[in-house]
Amino acid sequence: MSAGPVFQARGLTKVYRMGETEIHALRGVDLDIFAGEFIVLLGPSGSGKSTLLNILGGLDTPSTGSVVFKEQDLSRADEAALTRYRREHVGFVFQFYNLIPSLTARENVALVTDIALRPMPAAEALRWVGLGERLDHFPSQLSGGEQQRVAIARAIAKRPDVLLCDEPTGALDYDTGKLVLDVIARINAELGTTAMVITHNAAISAIADRVLRLGDGRVVGEERPARKLTPAEISW
Amino acid sequence: MLKSLDRKLLRDLWSLKTQVVSIALVIACGIGGFIGTFSTYGSLLWSRDNYYATARFPHVFATAKRAPNSLAERLRAIPGVVDVETRVVREAQLSIPGVVPPMIARLIGMDFAHPPGMNRVSLRSGRWPAPGARGEVVVNQRFLEARGLKLGDRMNVLLNGKLESVTLVGTALSPEYIFATRGGGMPDDEWFAVLWTDATQLAAAFNMEGAFNSVLLRLSRDASLQAVIEAVDAILEPYGSLGAVGREDQVSHKIISQEINQQRIFGTVLPAIFLLVAAFILNVVLHRQVHAQRGEIAALKALGYDDRWIAWHYLKFASVIVLLGTVLGIALGWWLGIGMTGLYTDLFQFPSFNYRMPGWLVLAGAGAALLAAFGGALAATRGILRLRAAEALRPPAPAEFRALLLERLGYAHLLTPAQRMILRNLERKPVRAATTIAGIAGSVAILISGTFWMDSLEWFIDVQFNQVQRADVNVGFAEPVPRTVRLELARLPGVSEVEVTRAIPVRLRAGHRSYRTGITGVEDDATLQRILDAELREAKPAPGGVLLTSRLAERLKVRPGDTLVAELLEGKRVKAEVHVTGTVREMAGMNAWMRLEDLNRLAREGPVVSGAGLAVERAEETALLERLKQVPAAAVVIVNRTLIDTFRETSARNVIFFTTVLSIFAATIAVGVVYNNARIQLAERAWELASLRVLGFTRREVSVLLLGELALEIALAIPLGFVAGFWLAALLVALMAQEVMEFPLVIFPSTYVYSGGVVVLAGVVSALIVRNRIDNLDLVAVLKTRE
Repeated sequence: MSAGPVFQARGLTKVYRMGETEIHALRGVDLDIFAGEFIVLLGPSGSGKSTLLNILGGLDTPSTGSVVFKEQDLSRADEAALTRYRREHVGFVFQFYNLIPSLTARENVALVTDIALRPMPAAEALRWVGLGERLDHFPSQLSGGEQQRVAIARAIAKRPDVLLCDEPTGALDYDTGKLVLDVIARINAELGTTAMVITHNAAISAIADRVLRLGDGRVVGEERPARKLTPAEISW
Repeated sequence: MLKSLDRKLLRDLWSLKTQVVSIALVIACGIGGFIGTFSTYGSLLWSRDNYYATARFPHVFATAKRAPNSLAERLRAIPGVVDVETRVVREAQLSIPGVVPPMIARLIGMDFAHPPGMNRVSLRSGRWPAPGARGEVVVNQRFLEARGLKLGDRMNVLLNGKLESVTLVGTALSPEYIFATRGGGMPDDEWFAVLWTDATQLAAAFNMEGAFNSVLLRLSRDASLQAVIEAVDAILEPYGSLGAVGREDQVSHKIISQEINQQRIFGTVLPAIFLLVAAFILNVVLHRQVHAQRGEIAALKALGYDDRWIAWHYLKFASVIVLLGTVLGIALGWWLGIGMTGLYTDLFQFPSFNYRMPGWLVLAGAGAALLAAFGGALAATRGILRLRAAEALRPPAPAEFRALLLERLGYAHLLTPAQRMILRNLERKPVRAATTIAGIAGSVAILISGTFWMDSLEWFIDVQFNQVQRADVNVGFAEPVPRTVRLELARLPGVSEVEVTRAIPVRLRAGHRSYRTGITGVEDDATLQRILDAELREAKPAPGGVLLTSRLAERLKVRPGDTLVAELLEGKRVKAEVHVTGTVREMAGMNAWMRLEDLNRLAREGPVVSGAGLAVERAEETALLERLKQVPAAAVVIVNRTLIDTFRETSARNVIFFTTVLSIFAATIAVGVVYNNARIQLAERAWELASLRVLGFTRREVSVLLLGELALEIALAIPLGFVAGFWLAALLVALMAQEVMEFPLVIFPSTYVYSGGVVVLAGVVSALIVRNRIDNLDLVAVLKTRE
């Protein structure tokens, strides 16, 4: 583990318009995230979890405040710089997988290996998540859990510094969800990738190093679980 | 190794294959039309100029009544003149055994032992007449073919009142008669022959020994055409000159040049419209494709693909379609070009007429298509560049709906919920609805503008041949004869009506503008030869003045009330002032009309006439024509029915070919626009429609929602298209108007019905295809996705 924080956020706010209403998603967030940590962001819907994750991942910029990734100020970066940042350092996993339906599993992962600096071969990434036998299937031929695992393989194929997961088990059943969490946990443990997982399911927080509670756009609590569990050991 | 993004590109294209094909076809029509007409234009131009150069086509043409051969030296001495050829040219009645209506022969005297170095006549078959042999002639190639004659056949020519037998010994081509016609706008390959015969014999037959009545001149590159023409006129004036003209007024050249010009206009205006429409459709498809793939684009952005790369991905999408259309278009253009060249080979007599499709043209066509496509694609992809990745990941806010205008007015209870949905959808995105309607209206307009030419042609034929010129037989006299000839003509077999006319070649001057035409004097109560405009309004020359065709008046920039100077080029060669008493918008000709008596008075001659129109009973026509052959004064006899047939077979045929091709192209566009709209709308509303099906709506109810919107758009677009089509046709008619003839802006109801019908049919076919897809919507998949 390196000394300085991977992420350093100070006074983050975010206001955006949705139709005719103005939404204050973040109302002043300060946090530090260190390399190799497994963070769970907990909170009810509307608490600003996704917004925070998007900003950390360079998908969005804060209205005010600053966020620094390893000495790079993301809040002042332009679109091109953010794109480079995402390409080289960040792996995303979304609730609805966002796979390209017209590409096979291998090709979806290849989307990333085609542009990454030092990628893992697509087949290897897929084997890592246990889909070595399903390389040439289209998303429509895969179950929800398998699609999510393809998304994870796509995320790690570039060997990112951070893995950001927004409700990765939200659309999955109990057993599949635990399987996916297991993959994420292994990535964090074996590859050393900093992982941040958003969920509204408190039980999941047991597998984290640190749990950040968000409420109404602010960090309202921080805990370290006494004993870090494996995904197989948790239940809800 | 193909990159993943490219694989996505190919698979997206495949999933939209019918749309891809329909857009590619539209592009193909545009490029095909452009390449086809432009290459034909180029081939025509090259063939003409090449022929002129090798045959040393003259620059100046002059005629006189009778000028001594010694004048040739003076003509040669004019500054700028490098070569002079004098000759005798006369017209005579021609008859072939077994063919009753008489034909016209233009006899040209030539010294076969020492053929002239300019205006080279090239032998195509047989031989030149032997020196000293009597009655041997060489005929223009096309006449031999049209009449099914062979070398060695004999014909009869009425030479100065005597019937002479001539033998065909060879066929030839001349640059003066690339388009063989007496002087009208139609080729008369069957009724008009050019005969080259021994110069001495011809001169002897017409008392022209030692004299000429036609002279050709070739100029040096830096000579002044105007100066030479004036010098020639001055020299030939005392000898009955009819005025020298340059190439632009030589009939064959004029007609070819007009044809070339028309090709050029057709080759640019219409393809431009087609390509614009293609760009428009492509733009819409891309726009909606990008919008539909929001989620995928967001994922790509999240993965680290930058905007330019993603935009380039969609540009490639457009490029593939364009490339496909271009390849098809090149093949289509090549096929069109060959077809049109074939038509022209029948019309124009070039020694060699090859179709060539230059490489630069293909590149220009492809370039134009790419430009049009990129223009459309760029606009569509700009939307991506503005989209923040995070926004794209969020589901779009539910579309804003407001109460309909109708509802606010209180009439909503008249509509079913389904109808309300349809109308709200249209009202919500007025721009999208407007562009859809505009696209469909555009295709209706293109259909009209491509098809109406047939109507215009039919109207032209009917007016010109059935209303304006109603005589069955027209007779032209070699010299003016007393007006009393009426009585003699009335006594001929089968003649029920006789009208006489006097036509005098004239140069009309107004200020520094002048025009060479003829003044025709008509009887006051003329019914066989009428003066009509395109709307069939009749005009008669007012007493004491001249009535001009509108185009002639515009050329001379005169209006009713102005005066002109008329230089009569015959008889006493009177120069006098005439008053313009009116103009008439005739469809053909640059005519000047006067009352017969007024013209006789102007020319200071007695009551003489130069021609007559006869109404003849069909049964007696043969007897009449035989009888007319024995009238020496009747130098020219024309049966008008043959003119219509010739017109239909030549000029009309080209118009029909062109119109048919255009109609098919326009129909392709219409289908492309309508079908693409239907598919796009389905793609966008599939989730919504499937959700309705899940709720319990039947297939039919859901179809009505989508297809009802399409039907409404078509219903609104068709009347708009009619108006736009009318104006587009008016524009084309204006562009295609020539000096001597204008196509009337006539659109029959059947054309409107056809145009609207094609679009409706396209709508129905598209609806059936789309309906099939609606019926097979995957309801279960819908429940799992967000939007």
